[in-house]
Amino acid sequence: MSVKPLSPLDLALAASLVFLLGLLSWRLRLGLGRQLAIGAIRTTVQLLLIGQVLRLLFAHAHPAYVFALALVMLAAAGREAAARQHRRIRGLAGWLIGSGAMFLSSFSVTVLALVVIIGNHPWYAPQYAVPLLGMLLGNTMSGVALGMERMTETVWQQRMIIEQRLLLGQTATEAVREIRRQAIRAAMMPILNSMATTGLVSLPGMMTGQILGGSSPMEAVNYQILIMFLICAGTGFGATAAILGVERRLFDARHRLRLDVLRTVGEASGA
Amino acid sequence: MPRLEIRNLRFRDRGPYSFRIEGGECVGLHGASGAGKSLLLRAIVDLDPRTGSLRLGDLDADAVAAPRWRRAVGLLPAESGWWSDRVGDHFVDFAAVDDQALTAAGFDRSVRDWQVSRLSTGEKQRLAIVRLLHNRPGCLLLDEPTASLDQQAVARMEALLLGYGATHQAPLLWVSHDPAQLDRVCRRRLFLESSGRLVVPGGSLDER
Repeated sequence: MSVKPLSPLDLALAASLVFLLGLLSWRLRLGLGRQLAIGAIRTTVQLLLIGQVLRLLFAHAHPAYVFALALVMLAAAGREAAARQHRRIRGLAGWLIGSGAMFLSSFSVTVLALVVIIGNHPWYAPQYAVPLLGMLLGNTMSGVALGMERMTETVWQQRMIIEQRLLLGQTATEAVREIRRQAIRAAMMPILNSMATTGLVSLPGMMTGQILGGSSPMEAVNYQILIMFLICAGTGFGATAAILGVERRLFDARHRLRLDVLRTVGEASGA
Repeated sequence: MPRLEIRNLRFRDRGPYSFRIEGGECVGLHGASGAGKSLLLRAIVDLDPRTGSLRLGDLDADAVAAPRWRRAVGLLPAESGWWSDRVGDHFVDFAAVDDQALTAAGFDRSVRDWQVSRLSTGEKQRLAIVRLLHNRPGCLLLDEPTASLDQQAVARMEALLLGYGATHQAPLLWVSHDPAQLDRVCRRRLFLESSGRLVVPGGSLDER
């Protein structure tokens, strides 16, 4: 049994809904039109591209190709996570902290899942490796971006209080412990919420896809449970690593708050 | 007897600053707003990147961890910061706070459970002084310590701070815009010009 294929007309019908939303945005002056258009075009182009890439990759499954694709995905995730920061850490370090955290958590969790849990042969089979890594990277990226943004923004706003704590002889770690805690919690909130409602309110995309593709519901459910656990762990470890990285960068060896490592981009998010 | 010794202190594009304050001596620091008095104090507690040598008695700032140096060289900032809801949570050990200091500042032990959000500016200022002295610093850098206090409170806090300096033989550096106050608390004064140059009346204290 296979999925009923979609024609370009089917997709155009779905796109017309987005177009209607664009009209509404224009009428109500929401200012979302541009972002909607760019988002819709990016979705289409990027997914069509990855479709072609995966088709090639499935035909020539070689670990080097799989790894190369993984690196491209990582680089894109790092760029996207950095772009979501209102106050960014200057220079290469800002990009490295986000990407490094995602690399550590997403890659190690994916490899663990492929080798130890799923145990497919070969373990790098792109049919498993690429979707799994994609889901992990996507979620970890959101968590890392959210956590880093929360950390830099709160430190910026509370700089006077942090310096007061330093003045009283606290170490940098003591002075930002509470802010760090809040940032990690903020990063974890989306996955915690979705773990609480999954199956009740939302049926996750992967599970839906598997069922549409003809898998038995129980098989799909087992995979979905695995994925949720992996995403939860990947996001938690990734965000924690990124936030610790930001913290190290925000203070120097003499426990001074160095806000000069931050570069403000665009207007305040107000978050 | 600990003496505060600043030698060739440079930070940002300022300095070099060289001066010293003997143990138990109170030195005034005045100058126009924006001349950089607060910046100078920040550099002395090593809160901004700097070069030059900072010593308090046998303690060399560069030989110890920064938190240790900052506990030794207590800076009272012009505006105090509070991070918890309850006053008592801002002290390392409120039970051990000196009753005399608390009374001199106009409080009793019940202040421990007061809400920070309900403190007046003056109350915050006085509590910040109690909190700083509770750290037992070997030296005090005071950035307008009585700016938001009424006259009675000013006299009491002056007495508390000078008393602390005399008892612990601590050097005091006192920033104030009020010449009358500087007349009361110190004999020697440093003047910071708008250009950032430090004038030390009665002969230079510059080291070679």
